Amino acid sequence: MLVPLQGHYSFWLGRLSMQWVPYDNPIIVGAFVFACSVGLAIVAGITRLGWWGYLWREWVTSLDHKKIGLMYMIMGAIMLFRGFVDAVMIRAQQAMAAGPHTAGFLDASHGYLPPFHFDQVYGSHGTIMILFAVTPMLIGMMNIIVPLQVGARDMAYPFLNSIGLYLTAVGAALVMLSLFLGEFSHAGWVGLTPLSELAYSPGVGVDYWLWALQISGIGTTIGSINIVATIVKMRAPGMTWGKLPIFSWTSLSMSTIGITAFPILTVVVSLLTLDRYVGTHFFTAGLGGDLMLYKNLFWMWGHPEVYFLILLPFGVVSEVIANFSHKQLFGFTTMVLATFAIAGVSWSVWLHHFFVMGQGPGVNTYFGIATMLVGIPTGVKLFNWIFTMCRGRLHFDPPMLWATGTLFLLPIGGLSGVILAMVPADYEMHNSVFVIAHFHNMVMVTVFAEFAAITYWFPKVFGFKLDPTIGKKVFWSWVVAAALVFIPMYGLGLMGMTRRLSYISRPELQPFLYVQEAGMFMFCVAAFYQFKQFYMSIRDRAKGVHLIGDGEVWSGERSVEWVAHSPVPFYNFAVTPYIHQRDEWAWRRAEGHVRAKPERYVDIEMPKNTAIPFLMAGATFVFGFAMVWRIWWLGAVSFAGIVALLVLRSFIDDTEYTVPAADVEKHEQQFFRHRDAHSPDLRPIEQAGRGVYL
Amino acid sequence: MAFDQTATPRLFEERTPDLIGNRTFGFWLYMLSDVIIYAALFAAFSVLHTHYAGGPTSQQVVEPLHGFIDSVLLFSSVWLLGLGMRSMAVGERAMLIAFMGLAAIVALGFVGFESYDFAHALGKGESPQRSGYLSIYFVLLGLHALHIFVGILWMLLMMVQVAFKGLTEPVVSRLLNLKIFWMFQSVIWVCVFVFVYLLGAVG
Ligand code: HEM
Ligand SMILES: [Cu+2]
Repeated sequence: MLVPLQGHYSFWLGRLSMQWVPYDNPIIVGAFVFACSVGLAIVAGITRLGWWGYLWREWVTSLDHKKIGLMYMIMGAIMLFRGFVDAVMIRAQQAMAAGPHTAGFLDASHGYLPPFHFDQVYGSHGTIMILFAVTPMLIGMMNIIVPLQVGARDMAYPFLNSIGLYLTAVGAALVMLSLFLGEFSHAGWVGLTPLSELAYSPGVGVDYWLWALQISGIGTTIGSINIVATIVKMRAPGMTWGKLPIFSWTSLSMSTIGITAFPILTVVVSLLTLDRYVGTHFFTAGLGGDLMLYKNLFWMWGHPEVYFLILLPFGVVSEVIANFSHKQLFGFTTMVLATFAIAGVSWSVWLHHFFVMGQGPGVNTYFGIATMLVGIPTGVKLFNWIFTMCRGRLHFDPPMLWATGTLFLLPIGGLSGVILAMVPADYEMHNSVFVIAHFHNMVMVTVFAEFAAITYWFPKVFGFKLDPTIGKKVFWSWVVAAALVFIPMYGLGLMGMTRRLSYISRPELQPFLYVQEAGMFMFCVAAFYQFKQFYMSIRDRAKGVHLIGDGEVWSGERSVEWVAHSPVPFYNFAVTPYIHQRDEWAWRRAEGHVRAKPERYVDIEMPKNTAIPFLMAGATFVFGFAMVWRIWWLGAVSFAGIVALLVLRSFIDDTEYTVPAADVEKHEQQFFRHRDAHSPDLRPIEQAGRGVYL
Repeated sequence: MAFDQTATPRLFEERTPDLIGNRTFGFWLYMLSDVIIYAALFAAFSVLHTHYAGGPTSQQVVEPLHGFIDSVLLFSSVWLLGLGMRSMAVGERAMLIAFMGLAAIVALGFVGFESYDFAHALGKGESPQRSGYLSIYFVLLGLHALHIFVGILWMLLMMVQVAFKGLTEPVVSRLLNLKIFWMFQSVIWVCVFVFVYLLGAVG
């Protein structure tokens, strides 16, 4: 049944052999040394501080939605850094390799990356940024905020929540491993067929890509199911649909896309896997395979996926702008409708990614018009935000800076999208870097909104603010960097530079590439400020807390999540709040209920911590590894392990524990004492002795 | 629990979560994602169903009569599980286990008969590697059979749990989900039967 393979194969180790260890490549060896030193430093630090037990009990095995959300964010940030390093390498290569007379270093005839290596960097940059950096950060944000915003104590399925996190982490770990053992896909983040078929990619690179996508895709589907269930089933008493805050609405639409689109990724990845492992003919270039079937299926997932990336940022921007304008969000209902209109239309536009397929004017026109229609609800949103700001009391704290930044990015990126949606124009511009400029422009909206969200909700989670002065420096260096990198890219695209080039034959393009290189330098500056902001704010955290004492962080917060204390205790709400208004917190503030306390406390049921998701992640990682290297026995063993853990879990009933009302009261009193003394206790309230079950 | 509402408006109110309702809802969402998986495969089928690449055509491959026998087996299994659910509703654990066991055996017959068909086709050289059509044929049917197989394992697990744990809330929620799963697989089978077997036989 299995396909014949090139090269060495053994029963115990599959395709694995020393030949796959890139010890002769100085760049990879350097990365390896770097990764090992950082890893060792972290391990040594944790051992020194004696944190292993704490990390295991309170983080690794935790089912607390806030901690899981934070772990998602941290993983996303690490991968963002990795993706950024890839970007630096890509930009440097292109700047160095423009024109026949440019010098070559290492093994390259121009620049320093030979084409095969360059293509891998390119493929991993896209894959990592979209699936392992931006997506986990969005899911982490939802994880933290949605339960708070609907007034719940946790997600609908805390156990599945943890599984979702770990599946995504396993995907990311596989991508990272491919750097040091074997190779990564050279077929782009979209896995171009038939290049990604075994005949043209005989190595393990595409297999790494496939299994990373497969495993993390399942994680994202699970995460989306959880969010939808949380919003539908866990809303606090009084919270009718009309009172659901906008961020939760956008989470709902985004997760609906997640549930309906990610299964298609599962299918398309599985079929390509079968082609490569079993020798079927789904997307092969012969024997009845159909290359365009791959493109259609991929973009049926891929297009909804890119809207998956933008809908939640719309929610963030809405929350932040309303907050810092001290006004209600303008046109709330139209905002919600526009969100769902975008989600709905995202289903019927996928074909704009390959107008050049040649399906004829009728089909192309339909998809072109459908694509342009997306501009209408997006415009509605833009005007709603502008009207929210109109005559508001504007405060340009860092979250607001990021949010207003998106108001500039959005029309530019949207209009370039509409240009691409015109079929004759797209025939010229398809596969040029104009497309890259368009979508980076759009993804910048997502990233800006993520920064807005991080700075906005940081005090909610930790109880102190990030330093605003450094925050402004981060913002402005990002703006300059993004402008320098992406504006020339539009120009380069119009001048005919195509995508994925490791060598640029026209020297006259080099000045533009140099400008982009300057932008990359600015990104490094921004990264530096970002690190500095975290470091300084955590070090001087006492400085950032002064406002929290009055239950006010930004002085304009509106939604339900602010009803909980900052920092949020592990049970979120001592007693579930009853919701009267969409902007519940603004209403409570106006009515003078900010300091209201419940009359009595009740026992709270909370999920116990568990080691099962982590162990399952271990087994899944081994499984993915075994499948990449085709070590069948190991694959079978690890798969059996996954199933055994699932069955085991179904026999454990004792998954919750009770926090007695007296304990809740004690915690609350402690919080009030600190609040009244204006010295909030910044240690997270944790429940001792709740135990970890297997 | 309600708090004093005369002095201030009701600001806090505790409520009890609905475990079974929550889990069933989530399972429906999972089923939705499964629908999408099948939908994508049927879309691939609609593209590839004539891609014989010089190999056997659908008329030569499919046996509608066998498909019909499969259908009878699968629907019987659904019916038996339905009877089991009725026993559950009245709390008859022994009957529930017995019906589930029967449903599992009949479903095993389904999987066995389909595997026999697969083996027969492979023996004739009609393998998934032969053409695009045969690839999607095997994958579509194989995925459905895999679901049925997982369902059988699930039933075995539930028989054990009903026997040892009784009809506790988590067990009942799993049984309800199993029922949804089983009904749903039979609905998918109707599509498989129509598109792969009946239309395949017509060509
Ligand atoms: C008004 C809204 C938008 C329109 C009209 C639009 C239109 C298009 C079109 C026509 C293409 C295909 C160009 C080609 O390959 O020839 C494209 C590519 C792309 N767009 Fe958009 N788009 C819009 C919004 C977005 C958003 C919000 C995102 C993501 C956050 C996004 C991300 C992408 C990506 C990632 C690609 C290309 C992927 C690739 O080929 O690697 N777009 N867009
Ligand atoms: Cu698109």
